[in-house]
Amino acid sequence: MPQDHTERRVVVTGPPRQARRTSSSGYYRPRTEIDEQTTLGHTYVRSLMRTQLRAGLAVFAVLGLLVGPLPLLFAAMPDARRLEWAVLGFGLYVPLVLLARWYVRRAERNERDFVRLVEDR
Amino acid sequence: MNSSYAIPAVALVVVATVLVGAFGLRISRTTSDFYVASRTVGPRLNAAAISGEYLSAASFLGIAGLVLVQGPDMLWYPVGYTAGYLVLLLFVAAPLRRSGAYTLPDFAEARLASQAVRRLAGAFVVGVGWLYLLPQLQGAGLTLTVLTGAPDWLGGVIVAVVVTATVAAGGMRSITFVQAFQYWLKLTALLVPALFLVLTWQSDGAPRHAFDEPATFREQRVVRVDDTVDLTLDRPLTVTVTGTVDGRTHNGTRLELPAGTHRIDSGTRLTFAAGAPVPRAERGGGGDLSPSQAASREERPLYATYGLILATFLGTMGLPHVVVRFYTSPHGVAARRTTVAVLGLIGAFYLLPPVYGALGRLYAPELTLTGDPDAAVLLLPDRMIGGVGGDLLGALVAGGAFAAFLSTASGLAMAVAGVLTQDVLPSRGVRHFRLGTVLAMAVPLAASVLVGGLPVADAVGLAFAVSASSFCPLLVLGIWWRRLTPPGAAAGMLVGGGCALLAVAATMAGYPGEGAPLHALLAWPALWSVPLGFLTMILVSLATPGRVPPGTAAVLARFHLPEELRTEVPA
Repeated sequence: MPQDHTERRVVVTGPPRQARRTSSSGYYRPRTEIDEQTTLGHTYVRSLMRTQLRAGLAVFAVLGLLVGPLPLLFAAMPDARRLEWAVLGFGLYVPLVLLARWYVRRAERNERDFVRLVEDR
Repeated sequence: MNSSYAIPAVALVVVATVLVGAFGLRISRTTSDFYVASRTVGPRLNAAAISGEYLSAASFLGIAGLVLVQGPDMLWYPVGYTAGYLVLLLFVAAPLRRSGAYTLPDFAEARLASQAVRRLAGAFVVGVGWLYLLPQLQGAGLTLTVLTGAPDWLGGVIVAVVVTATVAAGGMRSITFVQAFQYWLKLTALLVPALFLVLTWQSDGAPRHAFDEPATFREQRVVRVDDTVDLTLDRPLTVTVTGTVDGRTHNGTRLELPAGTHRIDSGTRLTFAAGAPVPRAERGGGGDLSPSQAASREERPLYATYGLILATFLGTMGLPHVVVRFYTSPHGVAARRTTVAVLGLIGAFYLLPPVYGALGRLYAPELTLTGDPDAAVLLLPDRMIGGVGGDLLGALVAGGAFAAFLSTASGLAMAVAGVLTQDVLPSRGVRHFRLGTVLAMAVPLAASVLVGGLPVADAVGLAFAVSASSFCPLLVLGIWWRRLTPPGAAAGMLVGGGCALLAVAATMAGYPGEGAPLHALLAWPALWSVPLGFLTMILVSLATPGRVPPGTAAVLARFHLPEELRTEVPA
């Protein structure tokens, strides 16, 4: 029966991650590598730094694209004073806060993923 | 303006600051309490404290004054002050907290294991801190003079004494309470009058020409010019003059001034007709709290705008009183969340100064000419509402302004005193910290009394430019680049920060004069000095590969690894 096959396959895949983490007590190889500062440990840290830097640079690029053209835009449209008042006086603050929240969520997720990677294997 | 309510309001703020500080003194017991509040300050309290500390006199009074004089371009200042925190969050916040150091020099030493770089960073912290303290003290003097006619050194002395007392008595913990309290005080002090002002504006038929360029007089108004100014007219203007214009004395003469520049001597009374455009004033236009390099914007507005954006976006992370606050978060994740909360709080606050600036253009456009546009926030309630209500609201604003001086000054005093105690004075005890606080406040106070009328407020822009060109490369490269060496860091800070310092100092001294092609380059150094700082730091580091500190990998691991992966006990 095909249904039996699929059920059996689930069993073979092994216990889910959560259960496995608790069962494999004590033996955290990547973590030891990091603590003992081996080359492999440095590679782990480096990979975390790279993801975090990438997250930071991505948000920074969005900030640059958002803000960078504005002075040019205002210089090109000297009659749009009200637009300038609205954008600089009120409009930019909400995007700044949203960008910050987006970054924090990403950075924290990166760290959680890293912890899981290091403690799980 | 009636001072019978303003003086009690200022006194109340001062007393409340001392009381909240004393409350902190009872909990502040150990050296760790003193410097970083034992690292137990939660995100909400800490965010309010950071915001309270950051919103200085320049934010509270200066932005409205600048907008009043120069129009919406000046709104880049508050945007930059806010976005600076976003950049700080992206590249610095969490690793800086995880570095486990108390101050910027501590960070330099922890990262580069070099006493020389540590001392250099300390020198820059003290320099930037003192530069930033100067306008706070002068702003306090200006406010007290506008409100009560007191001599202009008095406000500075009051702020210096209160700050020294609270900082020396309670250290960081009590300052945290004081700062958080002062954020809410400042927000209330601008928000409540703003609501009433907007209601008045509504009942006035909601005139909208504030957004037009240039500002115009709504009714016939007599303006007394206190300091000699040069007026620039784009179109001919008819005014009634009593006094001296272009070297000729008039007495109630109706004059048609042709387009061009005209010199108005001090003491002259000008009567403008209703609907007349407000002329641009060249000298005294920037005011005391706002960077007067703004005057050079006319030459290259685009270059100047981008210079301003770069300096404020990147300079925030290196301001000593901003950085020291991050060490009070319990861990890196909290440091990040705190920064987001700070962005929200600061952004909410910065919605208000443009309102004052726009209303100032409508109801008090002559402040452009009298050389005191920074007084706009203080004078508007009286001008628009009047009576007891106006006086009470004016008193509230005055109290808020004093909170602004007190909070920023105490944060700066804290940071400078920390460096002085650790690197200059012989031992690190709490008693020496108190001595350091006295020193930290005494020097800028003496300078503000000595230099008096000089445009020291250029110091705010200068502080941002210097910090963006020296500390920003140090922090960003120190946190993300493993090949940074001590000679590279030292060279980058000296070249970047030093050039920015020299450039703005030259501009302040009047070299090479308005209109020279170099002028805009020197007045807005950030656009070239920041890349110069980064480039020097990178090139010198690459040229001295043997000097990469041996512990770099471990240090970077500590900066970036989440706390839960740490084996050692956090410092």
